[in-house]
This record gives sequence, C-alpha cells and structure tokens, in this order.
Amino acid sequence: MTNQSSGPLLSLKGLTKAYPGVVANDTVSFDIGEGEVHALLGENGAGKSTLVKMIYGLVKPDSGVMELRGTPYAPAEPRQARADGIAMVFQHFSLFDALNVAENIALGMENPPAMRDLAARIREVSETYGLPLDPYRTVGDLSAGERQRVEIIRCLLQDPKLLIMDEPTSVLTPQEVEILFQTLQKLRSEGTSILYISHKLEEIRTLCDHATILRLGKNVGECVPSETSARDMAEMMVGSALQTPERSGREFGDVAMDISGLSVPSPSAFGTALKNVHMTVRKGEILGIGGVAGNGQDELLGVLSGETLTEADAVKLHGQPIGKIGPTDRRAMGVLAAPEERLGHAAAPEMSLTENAMLTGSVRENLEKNGFLNWGAAQGFAEKIIEAFDVRTPGPENAARSLSGGNLQKFVIGREVLQNPDVLVVNQPTWGVDAAAAAAIRQSLLDLAAKGCAVICISQDLDELMEIADSFAALNEGRLSAPRPTQGLTVDEIGLMMGGAHGMEVAHV
Amino acid sequence: MDLSAINPVLLIASLMVAATPILLAAIGELVVEKAGVLNLGVEGMMIVGAIAGFAITVESGSPFFGFIAAAVAGAILSLLFVVLTQVAQANQVASGLALTLFGLGLSALMGQGYVGIKPPATPKLDIPVLSDLPVVGPILFSHDLVLYLGIALTAAVWAALKYTRMGLILRAVGENHDAAHALGYKVVRIRTLAIMFGGACAGLGGAYISLIRVPQWTEGMTAGVGWIALALVVFASWKPWRALLGAYLFGGVTVVQLNLQAAGVAIPVEYLAMSPYLITILVLVILSADKSSAPAALGRNFHASR
Repeated sequence: MTNQSSGPLLSLKGLTKAYPGVVANDTVSFDIGEGEVHALLGENGAGKSTLVKMIYGLVKPDSGVMELRGTPYAPAEPRQARADGIAMVFQHFSLFDALNVAENIALGMENPPAMRDLAARIREVSETYGLPLDPYRTVGDLSAGERQRVEIIRCLLQDPKLLIMDEPTSVLTPQEVEILFQTLQKLRSEGTSILYISHKLEEIRTLCDHATILRLGKNVGECVPSETSARDMAEMMVGSALQTPERSGREFGDVAMDISGLSVPSPSAFGTALKNVHMTVRKGEILGIGGVAGNGQDELLGVLSGETLTEADAVKLHGQPIGKIGPTDRRAMGVLAAPEERLGHAAAPEMSLTENAMLTGSVRENLEKNGFLNWGAAQGFAEKIIEAFDVRTPGPENAARSLSGGNLQKFVIGREVLQNPDVLVVNQPTWGVDAAAAAAIRQSLLDLAAKGCAVICISQDLDELMEIADSFAALNEGRLSAPRPTQGLTVDEIGLMMGGAHGMEVAHV
Repeated sequence: MDLSAINPVLLIASLMVAATPILLAAIGELVVEKAGVLNLGVEGMMIVGAIAGFAITVESGSPFFGFIAAAVAGAILSLLFVVLTQVAQANQVASGLALTLFGLGLSALMGQGYVGIKPPATPKLDIPVLSDLPVVGPILFSHDLVLYLGIALTAAVWAALKYTRMGLILRAVGENHDAAHALGYKVVRIRTLAIMFGGACAGLGGAYISLIRVPQWTEGMTAGVGWIALALVVFASWKPWRALLGAYLFGGVTVVQLNLQAAGVAIPVEYLAMSPYLITILVLVILSADKSSAPAALGRNFHASR
C-alpha cells in the first residue's frame, strides 16, 4: 500500500444509469484506494458490468461524477480512459481470432510502437510477469488461459493505474489461478489498483483488500473480505439467507451409461479430438468432469447427446449400443443434454421460449402428433419451466435472446430436468449464473440424481463439482482421467489430473 | 483458321484493359468485405458510375472529370446502402440486391440522352522512348492512367491492410465488431468509410467500361462484371494480389477466346464464351485451398447496445 495519505485513486460519487425499464445503477458511490485490490460483488443483473463500463468510458452515466486522484474524470470513450491509466480485461474476451497476439495487443493501445519493437516488449513483459507469450501466434489457436494472458499483457503494457478484471478466473486451472494471483499481487505491490469482479467468493477472500456489494443497482454494503465469511458475502449479494444444496445419501443403481474406447476427431477445425475415453455412470450417480475449456468438453457432450455419431459399441445405454443413434432418438430413450453455449446451441436466440421448449421437449412431452405441433401444450411446458425454475421473464412469448444469461441458463437446464431424463448431460450448468440461481440449478441436479437419474456434469467450476459430484474425472487434451470419488480429493490432486499449469510460471523479479 | 493473326503483344495489352474494370470493383469490394460488410450492390454502383462518368465526360469534354464524377456517383449510391444496413440495420444481402436493381434502373433513366454518342478519348500514357520500345512499350507504357491506378490501388490496399494501423483496425472490425467496439473503435464509422471506398472503386470500374473499354453508353452495359468482381473477392481469399491475378486471368481468357472466335477456331462459340468463367473459378478454387477464411463478422450487422 503506497501513498495512503494522498486519498483514493478513483472515487465514484452517486453514479446513476438507467435503461428503458430498468435502473442499472442507482446512486452508486465508493472509493478505490491506491494499490488496493477492490472486489465488486453482485448477482447477475446487479449492475456490475454497467458500472465498470462507465469507468471504462463505454457508457455515460446519467448523473453522478467520478474523480481520479481528486480531479474530475469523465471519459467520453475507452481511448480516453486508457490515456488516463484505466485498463480492462473483459469477461468475454475481446480478442480477434484471426489476428496474431501482437496485432491484438496493438489494437488495445493508443500509440503502439512498430510491430517488431512491440513484439520484443510483449516477450519481455510477459516473461517478467510469468505469463509467457509468443507475439506471432494466431490468437484463434491459443487456449483460454493463453488468451487471457494476451488481454492482461495488453493492459500491462500501458502501465495502468487501475486494472479492471471481469471474472478473470473462470477459465483457468487452480495452478493457473495461483499464478494469476501472484501476478496481481506483484502489480499491487508496484502500486497498481485492481478492481476485481468475480462470483468466486473464496478467491475474493484470499486476494482482495476491500469489497463493495451491489444488489439491484444499489451499493448495499462494503466489507473486508478476509474478515467476512463467504456465506455472509453471498447473503449480502442475494439479500436473503442462502440455500446450500443438500446431498442426501443415495444408493447407486445399475450402470446407466457406459463409454469405452471412444476416439473421435473433432468436428471443428479449432477443436480437440477425443482419445480413448472410458467412463461409466450409474443410476443415481453424478459424475463430474473437470478440465480447462477447449480440452474436449464440447466434443464429449456432442458424443453423449448424439450430435456426433461414433462406433455403435463405444456408447452404451443400459448395455445397449447407441453410438449410431442421433439426438432425437436418444431423447426418446431418455438421454438428454444441455450444452454450454446458451445462445445458438442450447437455445435458438431469435425464437420464443415456447418455441425453444418445443425444440427439445417435443419427443418426451408429446408436444407433436403426426407431424403437427401442439403449441398449446408447448406453451404450457414453457410456463411450467418458468415457474419451477424461477426464470425471470414477462412470459413464454419472449425471445430467448431477451433473457439475461443466468435466466436463460435456468430455462435451458430446467427444460431438460423437467423431462425426467434417465441420463442427463450438462456442460457448464451454472456458467455466468449468480450464486442463488447456481444453487437452485445444482439442487435440481441433485434432486434428479436422487430420483435415479444418471447425471454427467461437465464443468470448469471445481467448487461446483466438489459440491455435487460423486466422482470426478478430468479432461486434458481429449483424454479423460480415470474417475475417482470426490470425497477426499485435494485441490492439488485435481490440478494434476487437469494437466497442471499449462506452461505458466511464477512471476520473476 | 489463322492463329497467326493473333498478335501476342496486343493480346496482353488488351487483356489488361479488359481486366481493369473487374480489378477496380474487386479491390473496392475486398476492402468492404474486410470490414465485415457484404455489399452485393457492386453491379449497381458500377453501372451508375458508368453513366455518370460518361455523361460528365461528354458534357465537360474531360475524361478526368468524368472519372471523378464516376467515383463520386458510386460513393453516393453506396451511401444508400450505408443508410439501409448501418443505420436502419437492414439485411445486407437484400439491401445489396436492391442496390443493384436500383442502380440498373437509375442508370437507364440517366442515360436516355446519351445512347449512340461517342465520348472524348481518354489520353494514354506516352513517354518518349519507353512507350516506343518494342513489346515492352505497348504492354507496360502505353495505357491510360486509370489502368495504372488500378494496379497502384491493389498495391496500396495490400500494404495498408498488412502494414498500417488503419488496415489493422479495419480487419479487426471485420473480424469481431463487438470486441472492436469494446476497445473503443467506431465500428459504424469505419464500415461507412469502407463502403464508400468500395462504391467509389466500383464507380471507377464502371466508367472504365463506358469510357475506355467499349467506349459508348448502352443500357445494362456492365453485363455482370460486378458479379464477377464479387465472386473474385471470395475466390481470391480476400487477398489483393490474388484478386489482381484473378482479374487478369479472367480478362486474359476473355480476350483470348474473342481472338480465337475471330480466328475461326473449330470450337463452338458457346464453349469459348463460357471459358473465362470456368478457368477463372477453377484456378482460384485451387489457390484458395489454403486455410485463409472469410472475415468472421462478414455480413453480420452491428448494434452497439448488446
């Protein structure tokens, strides 16, 4: 902590921003000190994104002022914010796949040096902070962790006074998270302030000096994370007592799904081939599959749901080969899937919720007869999902795109859960979903397993897998480790199962 | 049949002339598509450029003003596309098709008084000694200036896309407009400028047909050259030099087959007439087998409130 006497680096005073129908931020005020790691907490839709967009100059506040080191600060555009020393690492990476690392970084700088000098600077800075990067690689070929390094290096090259990080750890292995934290702590010791947004309360407790909690656009409290329990913080975010998912003791039944010797090439050019995957999941069991994104998760989901066909014997349901059976027939047999990509894979963005309910529910919910669609029944099914999973939307006639990420996720998961599957495959069931909704989704998966459904939960959130899964396996470069019971697994063991730190090293200097 | 009547030097010189309208239009469209916009209105902008250039040249007596007018007319017509797609968020494919149909109709209206007139000739480069050299002279040093402009433009666009910050930003916008916006680049403004550049190039290409290649005005005289240019951009994998290669190949085969027809080769005229299309597509398909792909945001509309 340097220069504590000189007052806060950035102070926000009464920031308000309203969009038609919703007040995103309502007179939000707080200070970020020099050299402080400040956490910004809140549920989905609490207004965190709008707030950081105002600080970064992407959105103009309706009223309220900001002060940077005591002088008025009102960036008209990100360019100006960057010039004033504010840098931002985005939640959804703002990278250009077809361009190389150096070009991507140059785009985020005001006056980039010539490419050759820039490449040298990238090498130097990235190695200083333990985030090695080859400036000439195409970003489309990089892993999620490497892509994040590109974003961080882009910020660091501008010597920021304030670094804004929006959900930075959601795509990293535990080892990578640790190295990132060391990088951030090094930055803090150099006097850089960090505004850190995350859902992961334990991370905030280890890293952050101070936390501001937003609920429904208002600042509802501040705390010192290291002195506050994760549960208390979660309850401040939600505004009510939090339900922890409960696992009841369960007996496992027969093997429901059996994958053996499965090898398939990836359908997409940037994908990962699955290599000799073995696993079984029994009735009533939740199998958690961890691993960093891009190690074969999407491909595995495709194989299980039937989007990718395989050798008939490679995938067996109750001992019966189904490898050559497509998704619709598998649905009829009770194998349901909820993919990760909400808009475009799990749901059709421009179609209404009723239509989206029809898309996967038609077979098991008898929503069609002789090729004719029963829209009344589909609407009833959609309303049932909305009700049971507390999806916040004016009604089932709204387009899927109009829902917030968390609400659409609840709808997508609820749609499959309510069809009473025998085997349910979910990929990233609570990605970008706030604590309360995530707890509800996890509870529904546990309830489903208690009824005898076999659940395969692919996720990058290890806490989630530890919370609900009975056994754990990790995907690494298309290979699946042998499943192990989750009880008694340590974070280190899991990290090793996931393939270690992927070439990162601890910050030098 | 008398193949000796075909003079290879004149053949090369005339294929360059035949290729220039396609090249100009293709380079313009390449920049537009690199910015992530699919403008199918090339044909319409070309023909409006053709009549605007023709009319102004006839009225003013100066081909120079004619070409300027053609570029301006193409750019103005492209502004209609800007309003539809960038402001009103209309579908780019439908807007582009509408632009072509509108341009064809508008040019017919504008050109009513100009049918059958011969425009003033466009001066050609004439450098003492150099232009008189055998072989090299007619091929390299005896063309009109617009032909050289086409080649210079290809080089300029290639260099700008590869080496300048402007080009990098343009590619970034075409690759991921949301990310470009998040970094603070003005997506709509950049695309508008790219579309206007494309319009101006298409207009020049059109005027080249009506003032140099043919040279006179008839309705619908661009006869699909705009569509060839569009296809060329795709088959050239959005690379300027390949677009030049494709244009010259197409122009070359066109000129060769006309010469063969004139020489009375015993191949049915229909086959000869389709040969430029077949050969150009074949060569460029083989060339485009590498990994380079379309700008990721091509044809997708951008809206800032996401």
